[in-house]
Parts: sequence; structure tokens; C-alpha cells
Amino acid sequence: MLAEAGLAALWLAAALAVLQLLLAALALRRSEEALAAVRPVAIVQGALVIAAMAMLVAVFWRSDMSVALVAANSHSAKPWLYKVAGAWGNHEGSMLLWVMILGLAGGAVAWLERRLDERTLVATLGAQALIALGFYAFLLFASNPFARLDPAPPDGAGLNPLLQDPGLAFHPPTLYAGYVGLSVAFSFAVGALVTRDVGRDFARAMRPWVLGAWIFLTLGITAGSYWAYYELGWGGWWFWDPVENASLMPWLAATALLHSVTVLATRDGLRAWTVMLAVVAFSMSMLGTFLVRSGILTSVHAFAVDPRRGAFILVLLALYIGGALALFAARVGTVRQGTMFDPVSREGGLVANNLLLSVILGIVLIGTLYPLVAAGFGVQLSVGPPFFNKAAGPVALALVVVMAAGPLLRWRRDAVQAVVVRATWPIAIAAFAFAGLVVFAMPIGVLPLLGLTLAAGLAMASVAPLWGRNLRRTPLFIWGMVVAHLGIAVSLAGMACDAAFTTERLIALRPGEATRVGPFRVTLDGLSPRVADNWSAVQARLTVERDGTKRVLFPQSRTFTDPPTTTSESAIATLADGQLYTVLGAADGQGRWQLRLWWKPFVTLIWLGGMLVALGGALSLIGRLRPRRRTAEAWA
Amino acid sequence: MKRLAIFTLLLASAAGGQTVAPAALADTQLANPAQEASAKALMETLRCVVCQGQSIADSDATMAGDMRALVRQRIRAGETPGAVKAWLIERYGTYITYDPPLDAVTWPLWAAPVVLIAIGGWIARGSFRRRR
Amino acid sequence: MRRHLLWLPLAGFLALLAIVAGGLWRPVDPTVRSALIGQHLPDFTLPPLVPGKPGLSSATMRGQGPRLLNIFASWCVPCIVEAPQLMRLRAAGIPIDAIAIRDTTPAVQSFLRRLGDPYARIGDDRASAVQLSLGSSGVPETFLIDGDGRVVRQYVGDIRPDQVAVIVAEVKALR
Repeated sequence: MLAEAGLAALWLAAALAVLQLLLAALALRRSEEALAAVRPVAIVQGALVIAAMAMLVAVFWRSDMSVALVAANSHSAKPWLYKVAGAWGNHEGSMLLWVMILGLAGGAVAWLERRLDERTLVATLGAQALIALGFYAFLLFASNPFARLDPAPPDGAGLNPLLQDPGLAFHPPTLYAGYVGLSVAFSFAVGALVTRDVGRDFARAMRPWVLGAWIFLTLGITAGSYWAYYELGWGGWWFWDPVENASLMPWLAATALLHSVTVLATRDGLRAWTVMLAVVAFSMSMLGTFLVRSGILTSVHAFAVDPRRGAFILVLLALYIGGALALFAARVGTVRQGTMFDPVSREGGLVANNLLLSVILGIVLIGTLYPLVAAGFGVQLSVGPPFFNKAAGPVALALVVVMAAGPLLRWRRDAVQAVVVRATWPIAIAAFAFAGLVVFAMPIGVLPLLGLTLAAGLAMASVAPLWGRNLRRTPLFIWGMVVAHLGIAVSLAGMACDAAFTTERLIALRPGEATRVGPFRVTLDGLSPRVADNWSAVQARLTVERDGTKRVLFPQSRTFTDPPTTTSESAIATLADGQLYTVLGAADGQGRWQLRLWWKPFVTLIWLGGMLVALGGALSLIGRLRPRRRTAEAWA
Repeated sequence: MKRLAIFTLLLASAAGGQTVAPAALADTQLANPAQEASAKALMETLRCVVCQGQSIADSDATMAGDMRALVRQRIRAGETPGAVKAWLIERYGTYITYDPPLDAVTWPLWAAPVVLIAIGGWIARGSFRRRR
Repeated sequence: MRRHLLWLPLAGFLALLAIVAGGLWRPVDPTVRSALIGQHLPDFTLPPLVPGKPGLSSATMRGQGPRLLNIFASWCVPCIVEAPQLMRLRAAGIPIDAIAIRDTTPAVQSFLRRLGDPYARIGDDRASAVQLSLGSSGVPETFLIDGDGRVVRQYVGDIRPDQVAVIVAEVKALR
């Protein structure tokens, strides 16, 4: 019953999307009734698709094995959290989550947006409905999550053990809220191109939506990285895997977009850039969705491989992205040119920012797709971290320099000498860091050395806008910029430390034996069995000791029954200056157990930095949404 | 009693699907830290042929372990990482390395960053006000 | 001029679409194949694994006419499935040598007792070092070696019944 209700809600939502599109078209042709009706229809559509998702979660919660999806991906013995989160731990369920965020975002815009010109808003909602239609069709005709299974099996196949983790409850919803949330920016851009309304008001209206989606995307990527780090058991936190790249590309475009939209909102510049980036950001989201679900690229993260579904999404992509880019080319030329500026200026810095982010996006895109190109020539290629680090690393470091200098630049025009004077402290701190590292920490690689140096300089430069200000009167969005840039510096420092200072120990020990890793002495005390709802495990007891302080860690080698797999559950000790990462491997048949131990100084800075970046975004968002006391925009 | 039974079962199954223990040096570090570091760096660039997109340094698969053992053995015997990589490419093709060699098929890939920066610079010139 | 620049993103997207559509149309073959096809067997020597059956080396595989090299293991399920096909190939007069991967003597003996023994020689490759030197990525795999010790072809996966006639014909063509 619940499944049928969910399916009905989905069909109704799709029908409302058609209605929304028609009403939007009519409203643009000056129909007053249609204009008034678009908003309510969008809100109800959003409510319906949320109801559909709720129904799916309900059938998973109740372990209703007569629903094919539940039978294929769940099991009644699972803990309740994974029953619920398992609803989106598969292709159909996560696609429904995707479409839900699309509907929710559209409904939210219809409900909350008051600043935008009504015609442009209607065009926006029309664009959102058009996108939703394609994906509703995909869900209903090619990936029905509510299909029944007859006869219903007694129990299900279970959820992939790697997914049975709190990360599953957090990472996909946040990530999707982020990159499907960018659909709002896309629709805004299309709407504004249709009504030729690309200006300051448009930018002011779009900005909170971009910020909101970007914050979620930042959190989603950070969460995904940390989850992979502790779950996969090898201490890696980014592999340039195609699916990881699929989430990074929208983030790069969205970061460029949120900087551009502010320039458009305050200085009426970068019009074409803003519209272009808004289209590119969600296009990257859709492309990513395609790459992950079509099976054309191999990845640990990829969903069920089905070229037919891939072809469906590809057609949608061609229509939406092709259409938006054609509209861009046809209309943006007629949009009035914004104010011009000097190369050395805040605007110039932001253009450099956009360009460098776009270059990194291009490198990631080309690198991810190149194996396909090579296959066309009959060559089997692999493109991985060595390429991406070498190609994108230097560009990213150049971007860090621009990020440091940018807030110190004046609008319209500035002089290089004046900027250097303003940047004295950041340059000094960076030089000091460089010297310190060269003297005390060599040998470390070139990239980590540069990374740490620039991180130090950036950290100093990001707090520079606060100097000489009355901190309590400083606008919240300035704090947002400071915290976000500081977050990047912190994250960069963490990445460089992980690359430069990690020590590893691989060893097979008998109970009672000890070894050293970094400054720690690790003793294998013994092993014991553990049992839970749907797994049993061998658990090791490790005593780790440094300078007299002891801690105990319990890494496990876990065996699941549904489906039958063995995973290693790492045990991590988080200390003030880093993490001790321990993994239990297999026995060698002679009483020794394999242990993998890493001492990773300051590695947590990577994700702490990510959270700071999101916090900075949140501060900016709150700062922009609260009514402003001053009428003039003072942003220098 | 049940716990003991489970434990014994786990110990038995911990011996794995094969009847032989993993290769020496699959999960043991080389005595010389410099050699181990260069072996580790190489392992992170070699692709596991039985996995869904992982390097041999990040994989639990037995074949990945065998490849790690091979890399460590050869480095310990004095071969350079480049020679080991070339040996593997001779046998598995360029698929085995995550660092595509520069040749007729891959030159667009390696040229891409430079080309993109050039295009970016050209676009930027159009955005700026002309100096008097 | 600037107008034409605006159509660049669409052009770029269409190129991307073409690449991606191509990837969908002709799905990439995920099988990893050996790059040694057409080259001589690399030098190797493997000790015997089963009493009464000699070990294997690249020298013994040269100058003896075309033969098959079967990479197998007793713990490998598809190897059980392909055993009858190997017996048929042996019956057709094709010599077959084997490399046993990460295996033990009793396990292989039991395997041969249950499923038949088509092998002239069996080499013991405990650390799969020779398997790696051949560019093989799993079990079972079979290589067709010609009389000069050159690798002519690689069959990845178990040999299916319909492949037997084809292989017999290929071996005859090499003689």
C-alpha cells in the first residue's frame, strides 16, 4: 500500500511539473491567472515528491520484502539506521533522493523568493519544472523504486557492508542537497536569459541559493572524504576516482559562481561569467550523475552498471545542457555590458579566480574522460593521482596565491606596489614558514613544501581584512569570507602534512609483541571475538603509548553474512597533533596477525578546514539574508 | 561456548580463499627506509588489475599483494622504480600505470593544462579595460 | 569576434557529448589483457609441484611445436568448469602445460584426481611471480604458444565448449 502511494505521489508530482511548465509559458505570455498559479503549483509539487521519498523510506523501515528494491538491498536484521539510510544506498533510491531535492529546491524558491522580478521568477520555475520532468520520466520509466516483487522473498540480500556506516546517513543527502541544489542557480540563469534580466537584482536574489547549495556541497564532499578515509582501511582521503571527481567539478564551478554572483550583485560586472558558471555548475552535476550511473567508467563508488539507463540520462543531458548553452550564446550578447575594470583590481582578481577554477575543472574533466578517448583509439589507459596532482596541483597553488591577494585588492583599479605593501605580513609569514621547513623538515616533496608555505601565507592573508576594523561592527559576510579562506588554508596545511609527514608500519605480530610507529610504541595485547546483529568479528586489543601516556584501540576484522564479505574496521586515536590509524589484517597461519599502522600528524586539519569553509559560507549566507542597517554597500 | 565456536571459525576462515599464505613482502616493509619509500611511491601509481579502480597500495586483493611483493623484491635487488614500471608496462600495457606516459595517444592529455591556461588568459584580456 | 566566442562552450559540450556517447555505444572492454602477444615468452623456471610431474620452464616450451599454457589453481571455481574442455583438447593431441598459482601439492593432486589430468608439466608459482611476468591478471587463463616460444594468443577466463574446435584449428594452423 505504501509503495503504491509513493508511486502515485511521484506520478502526481510529474503531472504537476507539466502543469508548472505550461503555466510558466502562459505567464510569460502575459496571462495574469497563470502568473499567480505558478508558485502554488511548484510548492505542491515539492510536497508531493517529498511524500514519495517518505514512502520509500517507510517501506525500507518496515523491511517490506515485496518491494523489489528492498529485497535487493536490505535485510531485516540490519540496525534501523541502515534500514532507513539504505533507502538511498542504491541506484533507484538515490535517484529518487536526487529528484526529491530538485522538487524541494523548486518549491523552496516558489515559497521564499521575494526579491526577484516576478516574470523572471516564473521563467525560473518553468526551467526548474522542465528539468524535473526529464528526471521524473527517467525515474518512472527506467528506474522505478517502487516496483513490486512477486512472490516476496522471506528476507533480502542485505546492504553492502562498506555502506553500513553512519556516513551513509549523512553523506548522500548533504551531497545531493548541494549539487542538485545548484539546479536553482541553473534555472535562475535560464530564467534570466529568457526574460533578459541579468543584473544586480537578479544576482542579489540568486546569491543565497548559490551559497546554500555550495555549503551543502562542501559539507558533503568533506564528509565523503572522511568516510572513505576511515572506512576503506588504507588512510587515503582522495583518490581522484571518477565518482569523486564528479562531485568536485560542480564544487569548483559553484565556488567560482559564488564569487562571480557577488561581483554582479555589488558592482554589476562579470555578467556573462555569472550566467555561464551557473549553467556549468549544474551541468557538471548532471554529467556527474550520468558518469556514476552509466557504467562507462570503472569506480569503487559506481552504482549498478546499465548502459540503457546511461543513454536515457545522456539524452536528458544533451537537451538541457545543449539548450542552456545555446540560449546563453544567443542571448548573452544582447545583455548590456557591465562596468569595466583594470587587470590589477578586485574584479581582476576575481576573474583570475574564475579562470583558475575553470582551468582546474577542465583538467579534472579531461583527465576523468580521457580513458574513454584513448579507448576510441584502441588503447587501454589509466589516469589517476599522478596525473591530477601534477596537472592540477600547481594551478591550485596559483589559485591560493590569488585567494590570498584578492581581498587585499581595491575595486576598479589598484597598483601592484600598494598591494605588495598591504601583503607584507602574509609574505613575511610565508617566507618564515618556508625557511623553517627547509631547515627543520627536509626532505619533503616540492608540492607539500609549497603547500605548507602558501597555507601559512594564506592564513595570514585571510585574516588581514579584519585588521583595523571594529570587530563587533564588521558585517557578517566579511567574517564569512575570512573564515572560509582560513578554512582553505587549514585544509591545505592538513593535506601537505599528510603527504609529507605520515609514517607507516606494516608488520605481523604475535599477541604480546610490540612495534614502533612514529613516536608511538604499539603492543598487540590479544584478540577476541565480537558479535552483533548482522556481523561477527575478530577484535584486536592494541595498547599505544607515547611519552608515558597510554591509550587502547580495538581494530576489527569483520565478517558479514548478508551479503557475505569481510571488511576491516579501523581503530583511530585522534590526538591534538594528529591521528594514529590502526588496521587489523589477516592471520598468517602461524599465530601472527597482520597489522597496518600509520601515524598521520595534523591530518584532521583537512576535514576541519572543510568544515570551516562551510561555516564561512553559512556566516556569509546569514549575513546576506538579515536585513541590513546601512544603506550603502561598504565592501573594501 | 558459542563465542569460542565463532572465534575458531573466524580463525579458520581468516586463512582466506587460497590455500597458501600471502607472499612475503606483500605486507612487510623493506629494511632500507629509502628503498621502502621509493617502493611505496611506485606502488601508489600502479593499478590493481583485479579491482574496480584502486592502486595496489590501497587494495586488499591477493593479486595486489603479489604485485606489491614483486615491486619490493625488485627495488630491494637494486632496480630503479622506472625500470620496474617499464617491466610491468611491457606485460600489461599502459593500463597498469596511473601516470600515463607521454606518447602519441596521451599528448593531448598532458597538453590540456597549458592549453586551458592559454585560453583562460586570452578570455581574460577581453574582460579588462583598455589602458590609455 | 566576441560573439563567436560565446558559442565556444556549446561547441565544447558537443565534443564532450560525442566522446561520452562513443563510450556508451562501444562499451570499454574491462578485461585486462597481456601485452606480450606476439612476443617471446619471458625466461622463467618453476619447480615441480606434484610428484611424478616435471616442473616447467621457458626452455622446455621452446622448439616443441605449438602448445597451450594453462594458468590455473585448485581453489579456482571456473577452473573446475573448464577441466572437461582441457581434457578434450588433450585428446585432440594438443600438449598442455600448466602453472599452478598459490597452490599446494595435496590440493592439486586432489583436483587432478577428481577432474582428470591433461597436463604434461605443472609449474609451482606460489607467489604468482611468473603469472605477473606473463601479464596475466587472474585464473583461469590460457596462452597459445607457437613452436618458437612466441605468445600467439591469450584466452581470458575459462575455455567454453564452443571454443574447443576454434583452438584446435588455431593450433593446426601453427604446425
